[in-house]
Amino acid sequence: MNAIANSVANLRSNPKLYWVGVALIAISLLALPFVLAMVGTAWVRITNLAILFVLLSLGLNIVVGFAGLLDLGYIAFYAVGAYVYALLASPHFGLHLPWWMILPIGGFVACIFGILLGTPTLKLRGDYLAIVTLGFGEIIRIFLNNLSEPLNLTNGPKGLATIDPIRVFGHDLSSTTRIGDFAMQGPLKYYYLLLIILLVVIVINLRLQNSRIGRAWEAIREDELAARAMGINTTRMKLLAFAMGASFGGIAGGLFSSIQGFISPESFILNESVMVLAMVVLGGMGNIWGVILGAVLLSFVPEVLRYTAEPLQKMIFGKSIIDPEVIRMLLFGLAMVVMMLYRPAGILPSSVRRRELSRDE
Amino acid sequence: MDIFLQQIVNGLTLGCVYAVVALGYTMVYGIIQLINFAHGEVVMIGAMVAFTVITALAGSGAPPVIIVLAGITAAIPVCMATGYIVERTAYRPLRNAPRLAPLITAIGVSIVLQHVAMMIWGRNYISFPQIVQFTPYHITSNPNGATISNIQIVIILMSVAMMALLLGLVYKTRMGIAMRAVSQRPDVAGLMGVNINSVISFTFMIGAALGALAGVMVGSYYGIAHYQMGFLLGLKAFSAAVLGGIGNLGGAVLGGILMGLIESLGAGYMGDITNVCTLDKFLPGFQSLCEANPNSSFFGSNYKDVYAFIVLILVLVFRPQGLLGERTGDRA
Repeated sequence: MNAIANSVANLRSNPKLYWVGVALIAISLLALPFVLAMVGTAWVRITNLAILFVLLSLGLNIVVGFAGLLDLGYIAFYAVGAYVYALLASPHFGLHLPWWMILPIGGFVACIFGILLGTPTLKLRGDYLAIVTLGFGEIIRIFLNNLSEPLNLTNGPKGLATIDPIRVFGHDLSSTTRIGDFAMQGPLKYYYLLLIILLVVIVINLRLQNSRIGRAWEAIREDELAARAMGINTTRMKLLAFAMGASFGGIAGGLFSSIQGFISPESFILNESVMVLAMVVLGGMGNIWGVILGAVLLSFVPEVLRYTAEPLQKMIFGKSIIDPEVIRMLLFGLAMVVMMLYRPAGILPSSVRRRELSRDE
Repeated sequence: MDIFLQQIVNGLTLGCVYAVVALGYTMVYGIIQLINFAHGEVVMIGAMVAFTVITALAGSGAPPVIIVLAGITAAIPVCMATGYIVERTAYRPLRNAPRLAPLITAIGVSIVLQHVAMMIWGRNYISFPQIVQFTPYHITSNPNGATISNIQIVIILMSVAMMALLLGLVYKTRMGIAMRAVSQRPDVAGLMGVNINSVISFTFMIGAALGALAGVMVGSYYGIAHYQMGFLLGLKAFSAAVLGGIGNLGGAVLGGILMGLIESLGAGYMGDITNVCTLDKFLPGFQSLCEANPNSSFFGSNYKDVYAFIVLILVLVFRPQGLLGERTGDRA
C-alpha cells in the first residue's frame, strides 16, 4: 500500500507523467461502456448502478468520513430524492417537470429532511444519531408504503412506474440511437451523464475537504471538545455535514428514479443503507479516492458472485446451498467488522493522517 | 371502555416484552456506553432456536409446558453463547478505539447474524406450532368485553419475575456490585480487584439470556418469527430504554411498559381519530374522501411501528436523560 502511495507521489512530482496517467484513466473511462456492452448491456447497467453507489458513498462520506457522524439510515434521503423525482415526472400526478429542475428540488427536499432529523439529535452523543437515523430509514419506508390512503401520494407498495427518462435538449437518454451499424443503447448514454455528474461531485468533495468547512469537520471528528474550544460552532457544522450528505443522497435518488423508470419502497430497505456504509468503511472513511474504490469494489464483487457463486456451488455440492444474496450481505457485514478490527482507516487511509505523520519539523 | 381496557392489556403485554429487551440494551450501555445493535438479533435467534425445539417436540405428546420450557432452555444457552462471542470478537478489541468503530462493528455483526439466521431458517416467516391452547379470560362482566389470554398472563408474570431476578442480581450479589463498580469507573474497579473483562462478558451474557426469553415470548405471542424481526423490536426496545433513561434498570422497565402502552393505544385510537369521516366533522374538505372510502384514515394501525420512533425523537428533544436517568446525553 505504501508503494502505491509513493508511486503516486512520484507521479505528482513529474507533471508530464501525471497528465499522461490522467489521460489514460480518462480514455479508459470513456471506452469502458463500449467494452462492457460487448460482454452484455447488463454490465453497463451494473456499472451505472455502481456509479450511483459511488455518488451515495461520497455523500455518506461527508457525514461519516469527514464529520465522523454515524448515519445508519442514509438510504432514506436517497428514497426522498427518488420519490420527489418520480412524483414530479411521472403520470402519477400528471406532472412532467424537466430533470434539471427536479434533481435540485430532490436534493433540497432531502436536505430539509436531514435538517429536521439532525436538529434534535446532533447536539447529543453520536450513538443517538446512529439509532435515530436507523429508525428514520425505517419510518420513511413505512410512510412510503402506506401513503396511498386516503390520499394516494406514493402509490404504496406497488410503487411508481413509467417515470420520465432524462431528456437532454429534447433527446431521450433512454432511447437507442443508431449510428450506421452501431446501436448506442440507453444505459450507455446514461453512463456518460453519470460520469459527468460524478466528476462534478468529486470536484465538489475535493474542494470541500480542504476548505474551512472541511477542516472544521475534521477537527470535530478528531476531538469535538477541542474543536469547540477553537471557536467552531460544532452543532451547526455537524448539521451542515448532515444536510449536505442528505442532499447528495437526494440527487443520487433522483438519478436512480430516472434511470430505473420504476421505484417502490422495496428499493430503500435497511440493507441498502448498510451497503453504502460498508462501501465507505471498506474504502477508507474520509478519503474520497478510498470511498470510490470501496463503492466500486462492493458494487462489482456481488455481481461477479452472482454469476459465479451459484454455478460453483452446483459444481461442488450438486445444488445451491447459499443464496448469492445472503453471501452478498454477509460480505458487507463482515467487511465492516473486519475493517474496523484490522484496518480501521480503510483500504486507502485518509491522506490527512499520512500527512500528519510524515511532517518533518 | 372495553376496547380501551383491551388495548391496555395488549399494551401491557407488549410493554413487558419491550422492557425485557430494553434491560439488555441498558445493561450493556450502562457498563460500557455502547449501543449493542446486535441485541435485537440475539432476541431473534432466541425466538428461532425456541421455534426449532418446539416444532421438533410438538408431535412427541409431551405436556405443552415441558415443550415450551425445553424451547426456552435451549434458546438461553445459544443466545448467551452468541452474546459472548459477539462481545469477545467484535467489541472487546475496540474498547479503547474511537467511538465510531464499535458502532460500525455492531451494525456489521447484526447484519451478519441476520443473514446467518436466514441461511439456517430461511427467508420466509415461520409460524410457531400452536401447542398451548389459547384461552381468553374475561376481565369485566361483559361477555363481549375485554379479555386477557393465558399466554398474556404468562408473559407478564415471566417478565416481572425476570426483572425481579435481575434487580436481585445487580443489587444483592457480589457480581452485581462488580458490575456497578465497572459501570461507574472501569479502571478503579480493576484496581480494586474486579476482573473487568469477565464482568463485561457476564453482562453481555445476562443481557443475551434476557433477550432469549424475550424472543420466545414475542414468538409465542405473535405466533410468527422472521430473520429480520429483531431489527424493529430492537429499535423499539432501545427507544424504550432511552425513554426510561439509558443505563438505568428501573428506567428500562418503565420505558418498556410505557412504550408498549403508547404503541397499543396509538395503533388502536389514532386510526379512529384520523379517520376521514371523523375529520370531515371538524374540518372542511374531507367530504369526498369520506364518501369514497369511509373506513380509511390517515394514521391507521399500519403506522404502529412509527410511534416508538416519534417517542424517541421527542425524548431526545425535551428530556435527553430520559424519565429516570440522571446521566446527561451530552457527552462528546
